[in-house]
This record gives sequence, C-alpha cells and structure tokens, in this order.
Amino acid sequence: MAVVHFDAVQKIYPNGFEAVKPASFHIEDGEFVVLVGPSGCGKSTMLRMIAGLEDISDGVLQIGGRVVNDIDPADRDIAMVFQNYALYPHMSVRNNIGYGLKNRAVPRDVIAAKVEEAAKMLNLSDYLDRKPSQLSGGQRQRVAMGRAIVRDPALFLFDEPLSNLDAKLRNQMRIEIKALQRRLGVTSVYVTHDQVEAMTMADRIIVMNGGVIEQIGTPAEIYKTPASTFVASFMGAPPMNLLQVTREGAGLRLADQVLNIAAADIDETVTLGIRPEDIVPDPNGSLSIHVDIIEELGAHRLLHGRLEEQSITVHVPKDHDVTTGMSRFSMPLNAVSLFDAKSGRRLS
Amino acid sequence: MKRALFSNIWLPVALLLPQLVIIAVFFYWPAGYAVQSSFYLQDPFGFGSTFVGTGNYESLFRNNEYLKIANFTLWFTVIVTFFSLAIALILAVKADRVIRGAKTYRTLLMWVYAVAPPVAGFIAVIMFNQSWGPLTEFFALFGYRFQVGVNFNDTAFAMILTSIWKQVPVNFIFFLSGLQSIPRSVREAALIDNRSASGRFWTVTFPLLAPTGFFLLIINITYALFDTFGIVDTVVKGEPGNNPMTLVYKVYVDGFRGNDLGGSSAQSVVLMALVLALTFVQFRLVERRIHYT
Repeated sequence: MAVVHFDAVQKIYPNGFEAVKPASFHIEDGEFVVLVGPSGCGKSTMLRMIAGLEDISDGVLQIGGRVVNDIDPADRDIAMVFQNYALYPHMSVRNNIGYGLKNRAVPRDVIAAKVEEAAKMLNLSDYLDRKPSQLSGGQRQRVAMGRAIVRDPALFLFDEPLSNLDAKLRNQMRIEIKALQRRLGVTSVYVTHDQVEAMTMADRIIVMNGGVIEQIGTPAEIYKTPASTFVASFMGAPPMNLLQVTREGAGLRLADQVLNIAAADIDETVTLGIRPEDIVPDPNGSLSIHVDIIEELGAHRLLHGRLEEQSITVHVPKDHDVTTGMSRFSMPLNAVSLFDAKSGRRLS
Repeated sequence: MKRALFSNIWLPVALLLPQLVIIAVFFYWPAGYAVQSSFYLQDPFGFGSTFVGTGNYESLFRNNEYLKIANFTLWFTVIVTFFSLAIALILAVKADRVIRGAKTYRTLLMWVYAVAPPVAGFIAVIMFNQSWGPLTEFFALFGYRFQVGVNFNDTAFAMILTSIWKQVPVNFIFFLSGLQSIPRSVREAALIDNRSASGRFWTVTFPLLAPTGFFLLIINITYALFDTFGIVDTVVKGEPGNNPMTLVYKVYVDGFRGNDLGGSSAQSVVLMALVLALTFVQFRLVERRIHYT
C-alpha cells in the first residue's frame, strides 16, 4: 500500500528524444490509475520509470514516501505484470510464482503456502506443476498475476497485460483484475492503449499524448469534460464529434444555426465537441444531418452522416427507426464542450 | 502446407540423385572401405592384404601408446571444450551488456573465426617460437623455459591454448545470439524478482541458454576431437616424436606415415563409433530435455 508521487519526472533518451515531458501528479493509496494513450505517447516509459527498468532523467519519484530514483527494481517493493506475461519458460508454474519470494529469503514453507493461496485465488491449483508452454494465454496471464500477488507489494504495475488475449477473455480478465485489485487494495498503475479498459477499470485515468499528460481525472470527468480535442477524440467509442464553428454576434454559428452560447472571450474559430449520444432525433430539431451510413450494433445504432460539410456521428436507441437521407436532430447546449481551434485546449 | 505430387516416379529420383551420389561417394563408400580394411593387414607397399579379423582392433587396445593418446585426447577434449565454452560465455554476457560501440566490439571478438586451423597453428608456432616468440619470452619473465616441440607439457599447452583461442569466437556468436533471443521482458521480470545479478544469471539466463549450450557442447567436442587436426599438425610440425597428439592425428600418422592402413582404418572406425554415440546423445537426451517451447 503506498502513495506514488511524481515531481517533474522527465525522460530524455540518449539520442535526445524526450519521451516523457516533466510530469507532476500523485497516486493515492489503494487507487487504480490507468495510463492511457496511443502508442509512443510515453505511457509505457512512465510505467517503466516507476518500475526502475528505465532511468529517470530528471525529477523525483517517490513510492510510499521514499525517493526511489536510484533504487534497484528489486528493492522498490513493486510487482509488474508484463504484456507478453514474461514467465520463466524453464520453471514450473509453482516456481514462477514463488521465484520472487525465494530470492527474498522467505522460508520455504511460507512460500509454498503463499503460492498455494495465490493459485487458489486464480484457479491455478491444478496447473502448479506445469510449464508455461503447457498453458493457455489466459492461464499464463493468471500466472503472471499470481507472481505479482504473492509478493504482496506496495504497488502493482500492469503493462498492457490484456493485449495478447482474445476479446472475450479480455473482458473477463478485465473484471477479474479489477475485482482482485479491489480485494487486495494495492495501489495499481495500469498501462493500456485501449480506452475501454481505461474507462471500465480506472479510479482515475491519466491520458497521455506525445509525452505530455493531457488530462487526469475520473472516467466520468474525462468522458464528460475532456480537457482537449485529443482527449475528446481518444476516449469514447465512437469518439466525440468535433465540429468547426465560427463566432457570430454573442453566439456561435454551427451550420445554418446560431447557438446561443456565451462566447465573449473566444477567438474567431472554435471547435465544438458533442458526444454522439447527446445528439437526439427530433423532428423539430434545428440540426439537419444527412445520414449516409447506418451501423447496426444491436443494442443501439450509429448513424454516420454529414452536417453540411462536416462529418458527424449520432448514437440512437435500437427501437428508433432511421433511414438514410436528411433527418432532423437537436442537441442540448449543456452537453456541448468548446475547444480552442488552434491549441485544442478546452475553453472554460 | 501444400503438397506437390509427382505423377512420374523418376523425376523425384532424378532430383534426389545428386545429393545421394555425393553422400554415397564421399561418405558411405569411404566409411565402408574403412570398415572393410580395418579387418585386413595391408602390405605397406600395396602389394596385397591379409584378412586378420578383429586383429587390428585387438592390437589397438593392447597398444600402450594408443591408450596413452586416447587418454590425452580425452583430457584435451575436456579442457578445450570447457574453456572455449566458458570463455565464450563470459565474453558473450559482457558483450551483451555493451551499449556503446557494441558492433565494433562484437566484430573484433568474432574475427578469429575467420582464421583457418593450420593458420591458427602457425600463429601459435610464431607466438611460441623458441628464440623470439612473445609468449616464450613472457614465460621467460617468470624464469620458465618454454619449449614447444620438445617438452610434452609445453607442446600440449600450446595446442590447447591455440585450439581454445580458435573456437571461442564460434561459441561467442552462438551464445550472444542465444542471449539476445531471451525475451527482454523475461529479463526485466527477473530484474524485479531478483536483486542479485549473479543470481539472475544462474537461475534465469543460464537455464535459458541451455539449449544453445548443449548444442555447442556437442559441436565443441567434435571440434576438439577432429577439427584441431590442423593445429596439432602445425604445432608438432609433422614430427610427433615424444609430442602429444590426438586420436585423429594418430590415424593420419599411422596410416600415411607408418603405412599401416589396416590399423589406421580400425582407429577411424573407433572414431566413427564415437561420433555416432555423440549424435545419439544429442538427439535422444539433449534435444528432448532442453527445449522449453
């Protein structure tokens, strides 16, 4: 159990590439934090700096109140679950799980008991004497989890642990990991590029892009009030609609209507963001959208179309009849986000 | 996989023929001939031969000199194999950690690989030259008179040293590629699980190198037994006398210097049996036990 504290932590590679720009934030005790972003955004580098697998170029990193910048990975009281499991192929499941304890001079009978307990928790009891090559992907993932659990560390680190699993197993493991973390109450940092994993598992999400933290917040905050157009388009499937609007009088012009949004301190061009499900079919609505494609998803439908020349996606309930062609919609103004068109940052 | 079917049996036969002919002419025929002539006593001038049954073998194993050479070969093989594997492993582990100038460093380490065994032997002769060899002078610093070709132990030392030197680069290349095929994440997991670098090496890296190691073990034993011929030949300058030699060199000396083709053939057959046994060990025991995935 530990608080993790980042103070202007930065990563510059020897070739001069700044993978992580100075980042400051802290992770609460027992919190499940998900680092999410596209590949190359620096999220894995961030995690690897916490683990000690990557040097910290500048800044101070504290785990549980202790500065760990120069402490060996083995001494940081962390456990990590890797993307490709990283099991020791020559060891049985039992030895894989117990390896970290054995090297910490834990008595043999204690190791055996802990391994049995972890195996029971993860439904691995029947596989303890097998080699990793004799296990399925999901079972290997569980062994990797077991290896982390038995250590009883202050901090769990997960590096895209589910990305090698098929979709069904991924959903199942997602719930299992979350439940396990809840039960053990261990502070966790979880890296993923999958925004669904981030939304469903996190207590708080850290969205990264190009080595910069774009936003830190709860899943609901991130979803409702994205701090930038990047966050708006990265989080949520389908992403938030981003439409170019221009200032007109006291309001904003979107297509052929003027939205009554106080926009006094706003430049000429503004990006308006609206979630697809916030646009509702309304025969008297003021938005005329030309629907090109209807995506049938069972529980609901996605309409892809154009609002004048700007592409737009609308999310409608399954029982709502739609046809391609012109339809009218409306959107509540309180669901709208505004962004600076140039910088992409959220306005007010 | 797609299977190609031949309607005519002669086409595949024709395609296989060159390979089969090569194997038959250059391997089975001489081997068969060696087995055959090992049962005969050959006239030194090639006028005729007498069937002696297992006579050649019996005299071989009753021959003290042969047993002495077999004993030397055993130690020679053990020492050369052990040290060329151990040194190569140390170098590979160190080279694997080098970040700056890694390519240059590795190329330099592999260089010796390109040296042919007789050339390696020749270099050894120069290094150990009686009057001005640098290594001879080095030993002289400690007051030791190093005499290659005269003193049995000194000659053996030169042969062993040269053979190890020649084989290290081959092993180095294999060990390095073996090390690099260990997934990075597995090493990182070990880094988190185990504080001690030597502990990580012996419990994770070394076992994962075992497949490479056992392959190299067989290769090195074969090398020490057979491929060191050129080195032995150069170092003893074709005049074995009191000098050490290996079993393969003894085959040559007895067969071509001593004109005892029968006895020499019997020795080759013994060596063939040895290679067969090694191959068996490799396929049956090693390959089955050491692979993990």
